[in-house]
Amino acid sequence: MSDLVDIKLTVNGTSYEGRAEPRKLLVDFLREDLGLTGTHSGCEHGICGVCTVLFNGEAARSCIMMAVQAHGAEITTIEGLAKDGNFHPLQGAFHREHGLQCGFCTPGMLIVALDFLRINPSPTEEEVREAMSAVICRCTGYRNIVRAVVAAAEMMRAKR
Amino acid sequence: MTTARPDRFVGQSILRREDRRLLTGQGQYVADLVFPRMLHAAFVRSPVAHARIRGVDLSRAKTMPGVVIALSGPDLMRLLPPVPDTQLSLPEKWCTTVPHKLHNPQQPLLATDKVRHVGEAIAVIVAESRYIAEDAAELVSVDFETLPAVVDAQEAVKPGGSIVHEQLRTNIIGEFAIAKGDVDAVLARAPHKLKRRFYHHRYSGVPMECRGVVGVYDQRTDSVTIWSSTQVVHWLRREASAILDLPEGRVRVVAPDVGGGFGVKGHVYPEDLLVPFLARRIVRPVRWIEDRHEHLMCSTHSRDQTHELEIGFDNEGRILAVRDQFVADCGAWNPIGIGVVYNSAVHLTGPYKVDNLAVSARLVSTNKVPSAPYRGAGRPEANFAMERAIDLVAGALALEPAEVRRRNMIPASAMPYAIGLPYRDGEPIIYDSGDFPAGLEKALAAVGGVEPFRERQRAAWAKGRYLGLGIGCYTEGTGVGPFEGALVRIEPNGKIHVAGGACAQGQGMETVFAQIVADAWGVRPEDVTITLADTAAISMGFGTIASRSTVTLSAAIHYASEKLRKKVMSIAGQLLQRAVVDLELRDGGVAVVGVPGRRVSLAQVARAARPGWDHGRPVGVDPGLEETHYFEPQTVTWTNATHAAIVEVDIETGRVKIQKYAIAHDCGVVVNPMLLEGQIVGGAAQGLGGILLEGYTYDAEGQLLTGSLMDYLLPTASDIPDITLIHLESPSPLNPLGVKGVGEGGAIAPPATVANAISDALAPFKVEFNQTPITPEQIVRAANQF
Repeated sequence: MSDLVDIKLTVNGTSYEGRAEPRKLLVDFLREDLGLTGTHSGCEHGICGVCTVLFNGEAARSCIMMAVQAHGAEITTIEGLAKDGNFHPLQGAFHREHGLQCGFCTPGMLIVALDFLRINPSPTEEEVREAMSAVICRCTGYRNIVRAVVAAAEMMRAKR
Repeated sequence: MTTARPDRFVGQSILRREDRRLLTGQGQYVADLVFPRMLHAAFVRSPVAHARIRGVDLSRAKTMPGVVIALSGPDLMRLLPPVPDTQLSLPEKWCTTVPHKLHNPQQPLLATDKVRHVGEAIAVIVAESRYIAEDAAELVSVDFETLPAVVDAQEAVKPGGSIVHEQLRTNIIGEFAIAKGDVDAVLARAPHKLKRRFYHHRYSGVPMECRGVVGVYDQRTDSVTIWSSTQVVHWLRREASAILDLPEGRVRVVAPDVGGGFGVKGHVYPEDLLVPFLARRIVRPVRWIEDRHEHLMCSTHSRDQTHELEIGFDNEGRILAVRDQFVADCGAWNPIGIGVVYNSAVHLTGPYKVDNLAVSARLVSTNKVPSAPYRGAGRPEANFAMERAIDLVAGALALEPAEVRRRNMIPASAMPYAIGLPYRDGEPIIYDSGDFPAGLEKALAAVGGVEPFRERQRAAWAKGRYLGLGIGCYTEGTGVGPFEGALVRIEPNGKIHVAGGACAQGQGMETVFAQIVADAWGVRPEDVTITLADTAAISMGFGTIASRSTVTLSAAIHYASEKLRKKVMSIAGQLLQRAVVDLELRDGGVAVVGVPGRRVSLAQVARAARPGWDHGRPVGVDPGLEETHYFEPQTVTWTNATHAAIVEVDIETGRVKIQKYAIAHDCGVVVNPMLLEGQIVGGAAQGLGGILLEGYTYDAEGQLLTGSLMDYLLPTASDIPDITLIHLESPSPLNPLGVKGVGEGGAIAPPATVANAISDALAPFKVEFNQTPITPEQIVRAANQF
């Protein structure tokens, strides 16, 4: 076992300090050390995308990053989307469009969609499909996920 | 679509109550559970497919700091002797009707004398963290005497080769045959015959959440709680109780939020039993979370059948007789017995009238991951063989494939229709309702109709583009027994509490059953709490497999509510001083018919029902408002669907683009249209993944070549077309709500539909795609062989 390393980071606007082995994965650190189990681990090799978080504002897979790499970083996870108990427009759209079934990929889907709509606020359906291909869902067949992201994009544009 | 009645919740697309926690990161999956002093398990898994174990050296692992216990198979055999298999036996009625043989070797919790597939567990390490447990697992050395691997089921049945289970002296672990009519005679004189081999490859559910188990032992009461990502909590409790030698009342099994199941989590695995055993032995909570690599090499696979099908037909394309002899590659163990393979046999002829049929099957052991149900459970394999054969019949007679189907379909006027074979519950198969030809026509219309398509196809061919139309029709027995249980209770605050034996993995059951309960009691869904997947909530349950939960649990809820309603009415009659015949359920209470205002709330009735002083029960009525009913369905209820697809095939790259995909589906009364569509589209996506992308491959030594999601390709949003759904609604006469199962159906027909479409597109090359998956390489080869 190697020595522990101090890690300071901000998650969903809250500062955290922790200690972890240098080999500890970011996803394990978030889940085990910070108790933020909303971020899931689906494949541990960077393919399925369910572990995606916003890392300094950009989507990143927390299963192929080390926790120490997050020292000083600002991270957003699924727990940071709702404000004062109110859904983020993406969450509301996933709810209304039935964009989730088992919910296991949903954290990754929401974070990838958040990142994508920041870069492309007015996407076509085809662009949404391509962007959401970053995360694998095994339940929905994607139809309602695509519909939810399209609907959320509209709502978010209207709010602006 | 369901005509929603404004006074009813069944039929409405109510948004899911499950969503809030899942959308905010507050879901609770097994891997999210934390218990004080919890330890972590990791397994040493076989790197070879077939070998004798000469010895397991755990010494280095045991001395590693942080390791609490390390056990090999022989260690475990001493501490925890195996108990006779508690696997559900086949119904007597089936056993005496269907000639069969089945030898089902029981898998030890850890391999002892031999390993039989890559990934089989040999030893377990429990440590303070998963990181340490995995480090220690690396230090375990195993002395193997490797044996030739049995990889091909066709080869496995030939004498003289390697044997997976030597005590059986054969790799054929089971066989059965079913027949009706006189296949030999009718085939002999049939004007036309064709015979083909159809192979359906090995793939599986691959839920996004892998399996996981946490065992928590309570020393004070000598009881164990098992948190497992399972579809069958009561089955797991039964097995855990037997092997741990604890009364069922000292074993509780809970499946919290489960991240998809699709059948893969539908039986008890060795880890489900081993982890709670370790927790009890160490007297600390123990957790094991399967990683993806483990999942692909030790959670059950499915499909993998080879059919030799012969079909005799007349000049008009009418099917005269079908003979199918097939081999199922079961892998190293066979946790579900004969169920999947028998499903294949009886679902073969689907919606068609086939008077002469003979099907025989062999179940074969190989050195691969065990095979078990996955969405469709034997039906996609049979459907692929039959639906490809129908297209070949059409080709032989230069008829439209749709026309051959029309000529052979059982008409709606023939319902209920006995097909003349027993289902696996032993009951005669009777299609209870449905309009197969209507479904076919609606699906064809939804992709633009056959004739307009043929014009487009000819025009495209002329320009060197390849469009194809494919059809796939099926029937599916759903809602199988033996039973499901529901407990209905009216709480002192008037809310209705329901517990059921079903287990959800994302279907939205809490929402659906709240709708059903709300209608049964004239309350709002918000006034209903639903508790599932917890053995502490109801004493007997069966679980969620085989497209059964909406059918069986809704009926159990109905009958439990019926019993409870009698009691509610009699107490309300006392409170209102009226005869029971004058009373009705109204607005969350009981009221006097035709008298506005003369009403007591369910809360008042519940309080009056409580035991003790000043109760309000009539003489002779027992205290409490709680009833349980175990619904035992007479037999299955039959759904059906037609899938139709239009594809474009690029013969240079082998890429298949699905231009249109339509499903005309009939699953009886629809409880929640939005959730129903989610089930069908999700199932279809899995079927499309199966035919075009997914697959487990092994090399000649039995090494799994697809041990990561880099190699096992799951469909993404870009791979799945927008699917058009058409709903037909033929209520089932077999249950009070008229519902039929829907969980699996979507995955049954896509392989046949797409294979038919690709074969149709490449008709100018006269190629047949009679095996799955269909890869770009196969397409390019097929189109360039001339």
